[in-house]
Amino acid sequence: METKKELVVPAIENGTVIDHIPTESVYQVVHILGLENYKDEVLIGTYLQSGKLGRKGIIKIKNKHFSKEEVSKVALIAPFVTVITIKDYQVIEKFATEIPDHIENFIKCANPKCITNFEDIPTRFDIVDKENLKLRCHYCEKYTTKETIKFIS
Amino acid sequence: MSTLKGRNLISITDFNKEEYLEVLDIAEGFEKNPKQPILRDHVVATLFFEPSTRTRLSFESAANQLGCRVLGFSDPGATSVQKGESLHDTIKMVSSYADLIVMRNPKEGSSRYASEVASIPVINAGDGANQHPTQCLLDLYSIRKTQGTLDNLNIALVGDLKYGRTVHSLVQAMCNWNTTFHLVSPEELKLPSSVKASIKKAGLKYYQYREIRDIIGIADIIYMTRVQRERFTDLLEYERVKDSCILTAPMLQGCKDNMRILHPLPRVNEITTDVDRTPYAYYFQQAQNGVYVRQALIAAILGAK
Repeated sequence: METKKELVVPAIENGTVIDHIPTESVYQVVHILGLENYKDEVLIGTYLQSGKLGRKGIIKIKNKHFSKEEVSKVALIAPFVTVITIKDYQVIEKFATEIPDHIENFIKCANPKCITNFEDIPTRFDIVDKENLKLRCHYCEKYTTKETIKFIS
Repeated sequence: MSTLKGRNLISITDFNKEEYLEVLDIAEGFEKNPKQPILRDHVVATLFFEPSTRTRLSFESAANQLGCRVLGFSDPGATSVQKGESLHDTIKMVSSYADLIVMRNPKEGSSRYASEVASIPVINAGDGANQHPTQCLLDLYSIRKTQGTLDNLNIALVGDLKYGRTVHSLVQAMCNWNTTFHLVSPEELKLPSSVKASIKKAGLKYYQYREIRDIIGIADIIYMTRVQRERFTDLLEYERVKDSCILTAPMLQGCKDNMRILHPLPRVNEITTDVDRTPYAYYFQQAQNGVYVRQALIAAILGAK
């Protein structure tokens, strides 16, 4: 007899599923996508069984679609996340996030002497090493790394 | 007309090899004939948000010899910056008073930002530990003048190679020519790996040493820098290494005849005064060259050359 696998986090009719999130990064992803203030259903699952990751997180956002650019920020902290667009319970599109070449006004410069930490200036970075996550500030030319990364709240 | 007209100079990498050479060629003309009042109807604003003697006077001398009017400040304490005015607003305002801004500011990246806010060109005269591109251009000018070429030279860099921004810029710029780098520094102040990577990327070679005497017979240029006390969190460490990069006249025995010693100045004790009396000392002429190079930059950027 065929058994249907029960979904731990319920399916959504329309919206976006963000899957394969490292379990420790789930709430950071929520924050990066600004979902704290989203006025519709957001279903969050953490520490779920995953064949690929061992344990994973998943976020399902009802009635919301993201552009590749919008979710590319997520790749900075969770490089192997899958983004699935759902319409009428069907998968319409599925893609893996990619670390962008440039980011603006999203990360704080780790250099305390950088002008962006003194004046109201949108920060700008070039991502010079995607594998080890190394970002070069457009202004002070110093590097921000995985260890020193801080998001603009 | 020069490709430099209307350009900003914030980082040494903003210009390419041909543009460096163009500035050096124009500067040669100013060395032969410094008083060329070709920019009489222009105003240069020198905004110095922190004290600087040499750089500010050198820029102001350059602008004056071109016939420009100079306005600005050398102490932000006497300006509305003291009242809390943002850099953005100061630059916006100055843009309407002048044709060119020369700015020094201790905040890193401030010059790049100013160039994005200003409606007139900006020359970076130093933004904290980040960039000081006109120093690099005058270093190139001094090297070419003393050696007759920028190609196939052995450049020794001595002292604080870790934090010294002039060293990093000079290495980046000299990577445009076939240069061999000889690096002399205490273990704690070695050239950062990112700068070494740019040497390797250019297909060039570098060698590391602990003692100046190891490079005396090899170097065409010895570029000395100050080992600064404020770079050390551990002052005992500073006391231990501070004397390891001092150059004295007796140490120069066996050097090449064409060898010249450069230093971005101010020096403290890393070059003893007996070196000043040798034919190898070039640091004071080097500072003098700064005026010609800055004349060349101002003239090219304002479209007069």
